Amino acid sequence: MELIFKASLVVAIFVVTLLVALYSTFAERKISAVLQDRIGPNRAGPFGLLQPLADGVKMFMKEEIIPTTSSKWLFIFAPCLAMLTAGMSSAVMPWGGNLIIDGETYSLQVADINIGILYILGITSVGIYGIMIGGWASDNKYSLLGAIRASSQMISYELAMGLSVIAVVMMTGDLSINEIVKGQPGAHWNVFYQPLGFIIFLICAFAETNRAPFDLPECETELIGGYHTEYSSMKLGFFLFAEYINMFVSCALIAAVYFGGYNMPFINDFGWSPNTVTIVGTACFFLKIAFGIFFFMWVRWTLPRFRYDQLMRLGWQILIPLSIINVILTGLGIIVFK
Amino acid sequence: MKALTNRSKVAVNKELSFMERLYFPAIIKGMAITLSHLFKKKATLKYPEVQKEFAPVYRGKHVLKRDEKGAENCTACGLCAVACPAEAITMTAAERKKGEEGKYREEKYAAVYEINMLRCIFCGLCEEACPKEAIFLTDEIVKTSYDRQDFVYGKDKLVEDMNNRIDITKRQKKY
Repeated sequence: MELIFKASLVVAIFVVTLLVALYSTFAERKISAVLQDRIGPNRAGPFGLLQPLADGVKMFMKEEIIPTTSSKWLFIFAPCLAMLTAGMSSAVMPWGGNLIIDGETYSLQVADINIGILYILGITSVGIYGIMIGGWASDNKYSLLGAIRASSQMISYELAMGLSVIAVVMMTGDLSINEIVKGQPGAHWNVFYQPLGFIIFLICAFAETNRAPFDLPECETELIGGYHTEYSSMKLGFFLFAEYINMFVSCALIAAVYFGGYNMPFINDFGWSPNTVTIVGTACFFLKIAFGIFFFMWVRWTLPRFRYDQLMRLGWQILIPLSIINVILTGLGIIVFK
Repeated sequence: MKALTNRSKVAVNKELSFMERLYFPAIIKGMAITLSHLFKKKATLKYPEVQKEFAPVYRGKHVLKRDEKGAENCTACGLCAVACPAEAITMTAAERKKGEEGKYREEKYAAVYEINMLRCIFCGLCEEACPKEAIFLTDEIVKTSYDRQDFVYGKDKLVEDMNNRIDITKRQKKY
């Protein structure tokens, strides 16, 4: 029974992740349109809701081109790796509390490993390899430049990201994401205790997912497509799709670490049964994620891209010192207040 | 030089102040601007369903008008062809025979009247030159085609259909 539940949970989470990523592409187009006083896709199905399907079919029907000078296996391996790592990172996310079925308790988390945060940071750094290998295997200057930018950007922002998470870990005393979520019941969200850490984490999340204003690896105006210049058909689709999954996971991580995950203020005051509380909590979590995704897109269609030297300066000279100061301040705070 | 609008600002390359270097005030301002566009009226027209109305002076496909009785106005005087800067109009004149009074208004008419829509620049000079109020530019659009020959419009496409008259009062000369 336990096994069946876990297996179905894995499948459900995988499907939900893919669906969210699928409709993120749609949402991106819609939101960008609306922010620019346009309407956006509205032809495929009601309100254009079948547009992701049409996009997918288009991607599959495109001609598959592998450059003759490329390293063929690496060229194929790169998008697979990008997709794989993107899909793996949602495994440790606590999607909700506990469900009680027939007197048995089931956790809405696939794997409650006690180093959840480390796991996610590790997986995202493996994700860089997808981009790096893809850009290098293409044997194209633009791809290579894009890959170099991507890897250097991700490595430099990972430091600040990890340091800002350390402040949260210091407060919770645990690396497990579930424990971090449990440590912020009601409205005691970490964002109110760690505003500086949150801002640093948010900026780094933008950089980690290669999204504007840090979309240097694929900036169309300078590098054509960046690391995926030479890619076509569904391999390109995988890269783009992996980016949206990464965005979803980042938003989930932000929601879990800084916005209380499945916690909702006053949720225990309604006298609901534990199962209802869990389901409402999960819905609440997804609401937070949805707002996060909207925020990501909102930022993308507002801010212009950073220049490469500005990006590096921001990462090394501003964010890392700030996050170290944040860690020190958190340490002082813990000594003073506890 | 006098500025054309009051929106222009003098560009200065000064150092950013600390508040400006924080970026956040500017970012929040920008985000508020984009968010406000979320609720603005959309500029898009859903084209095939909703079509934008043309201006009254729009110059599209030509029409050869008939009078109220259904007789063609054109007398094949050739003034439109002379006026045409693109040399898009050609015609062959013919004499009206007995019994054809209902078809042609005056004694002479155009047996062949062709406008090459690929040459035409839609300037409206033919309309201005016409002494008989026979040719007008309408708000219709010349259809696309893969074949160049399709763009040579003969009388079959140009002469007005009596069951489906075209209103040209907006473009009639005011005397």
